[in-house]
Amino acid sequence: MHPLGEKYLRKHTLPTIFCPGCGDGTVLSAFLRAVDELDIGEQLALVGGIGCSGWIPVYVNADTLHVLHGRAIPFATGLKVTRPERKVVVFTGDGDCLAIGGNHFIHACRRNIGMTVVMLNNAIYGMTGGQVAPTSPYQARTQTSPYGNPEMPFDACRLAIASGATYVARWTSGHPRQLTRAFKEAILHPGFAFIEVLTQCPTQTGRYMKGGLDAPALLKDIRAGVVGKERAASMSPEELAGKVQIGTLHREVRLEFTEALRQLTEGDGK
Amino acid sequence: MRIIQGNEACVEGAIVAGCRFFAGYPITPASEIAELMSRRLPQVGGVFMQMEDELASVCAVIGASWGGVKACTASSGPGISLMQEGVGYAAETETPCVIINVMRGGPATGQPTLPSQQDIMQARFGSHGDYEIIAVAPSSAQEAFDLTVKAFNLAEIYRVPVYVLSDEIVGHTREKVLLDPGVEVIPRKRPPREGYLPYRPGPDGLLPGMPAFNEGYRLLVDGQLHDETGNRVGHDPEASARLVRRLCEKITSRVDELTDVEELFLEDAQAVVVCYGSSARPALEAVYAAREQGIPAGIFRLRVLFPFPARRLAALARRVRALLVPEMNVGKLVLEVERVAGGAQVVSLPKLGGALHTPEEILDAITSVLKEGGR
Repeated sequence: MHPLGEKYLRKHTLPTIFCPGCGDGTVLSAFLRAVDELDIGEQLALVGGIGCSGWIPVYVNADTLHVLHGRAIPFATGLKVTRPERKVVVFTGDGDCLAIGGNHFIHACRRNIGMTVVMLNNAIYGMTGGQVAPTSPYQARTQTSPYGNPEMPFDACRLAIASGATYVARWTSGHPRQLTRAFKEAILHPGFAFIEVLTQCPTQTGRYMKGGLDAPALLKDIRAGVVGKERAASMSPEELAGKVQIGTLHREVRLEFTEALRQLTEGDGK
Repeated sequence: MRIIQGNEACVEGAIVAGCRFFAGYPITPASEIAELMSRRLPQVGGVFMQMEDELASVCAVIGASWGGVKACTASSGPGISLMQEGVGYAAETETPCVIINVMRGGPATGQPTLPSQQDIMQARFGSHGDYEIIAVAPSSAQEAFDLTVKAFNLAEIYRVPVYVLSDEIVGHTREKVLLDPGVEVIPRKRPPREGYLPYRPGPDGLLPGMPAFNEGYRLLVDGQLHDETGNRVGHDPEASARLVRRLCEKITSRVDELTDVEELFLEDAQAVVVCYGSSARPALEAVYAAREQGIPAGIFRLRVLFPFPARRLAALARRVRALLVPEMNVGKLVLEVERVAGGAQVVSLPKLGGALHTPEEILDAITSVLKEGGR
């Protein structure tokens, strides 16, 4: 086993449930690298939602809550306000975070509560068998959009910024080093940090949406669809059409929620 | 001693019991609980959060409980329905927490401003799957205080979500309440330092203690059926059955120690009113009036509704002629009473629409049941 796995994984929960070629393992290893470089293994409080990516924290040997579909953020909120010193990191999928959990997501952004939410976006419901997601592209064929998806997808990062998140980054599972850097920045960021990771699901997205693409082909497809934020700045609207921007998309410092609570209530009303 | 509403008494009871986190969403007739919590919790170093909805509220409460803090939420019918998935999660992960339901009439948005006792079976069975909870049912503002403290204590002892089934009458009636700061409070049980497994029960079938997150235990808390380490075993029928059986039996096997009833005039009673919550108030009036007239009536008032004290009531039923069950619903607890009544006649006294029974209605029922086919 890789030394990082040796150091940080909960051995008796292995092997993982991830399919061969899944991007979740890349995200897990990038996360462990960030944890190791920051040396915060003892301070972690991890929360996983329901869906393949919600399993990532189950394998990490830290305090872990594996919760209900869509509710990872409110569980994490209760944990964070009672343990403000903890590094709370939520792992969630695009359906978990944006469909059933959409309301919690925008309100956590609004509160600017100090946690990191990592949303793995494979544009489909993977664990339940390949149904349409709020991130599936227009016209995408899935198990519940056999004539093509009639809906428009969310841009999770724009939603997060508009809702008040103070750190927003987007990368792909083809950017493990950048992802590690983003994890470190997000964990140290004093406020609500959101990282979207575009990732490959050969089992569902590859099969139903992409005409049978395997993992390497899917990853290539994902990378072909993105452009770095800096490079995008010098591109024309025509060149940018259909491209998704990656990089650190937003960063500001604004009063964090548990700090605001402390300031407002300390010494008050006693 | 203060003159306060039942809703306020719940808040003071929670704070005395050690509650330091509340998450909720406003709803009539429970809103005063959130309002007062928002004022009181910061004064004792606690945190109040008004969440975006009830689903978030109960989940934040569970998160806070694993943060090492006693926590509760409060709502009414529609909001309680939204919380049910979280209640099941708390039962499954053995997370102590308290849920106060100030009952109003339903279904749906129903009757926001009037009382009911329509949610008692929802408290017991509202979430999916097999599990057991504890529910207490105050009849007065004083009991709103006393039983809220008790609810927090039971949650800690049994590691289970505990309901306080209040209602609009108890919640909004102002009465004298003794806010006893010296009442017994059960602290969170600490885990052993050595050889600790989070889900390995002790010889008493209860978990050995509950560390908070960030204390070095590296807990795995999972909503899936799990083994003693917390890791999932849903694929293993035997291990899964073992957990579900223990979750149920840790409550059902302790009915005797959990039974909390007020019994009056039972020595020679022939007609016994089995009651709880607000409808116990006119029931008590009716029984006093009956006794003044020499009618042998008695009271069996449940302060703990679930687990239901089946054996105790069955023993009583063997020596009386009739059991009367006034409830502000179509007749719900009466189903439990019928199950254990043996030869005693069971009379359901449902009251719908949001009005409380009058003492006369219950007295009439007592006299007519004792007249019929006398012994």
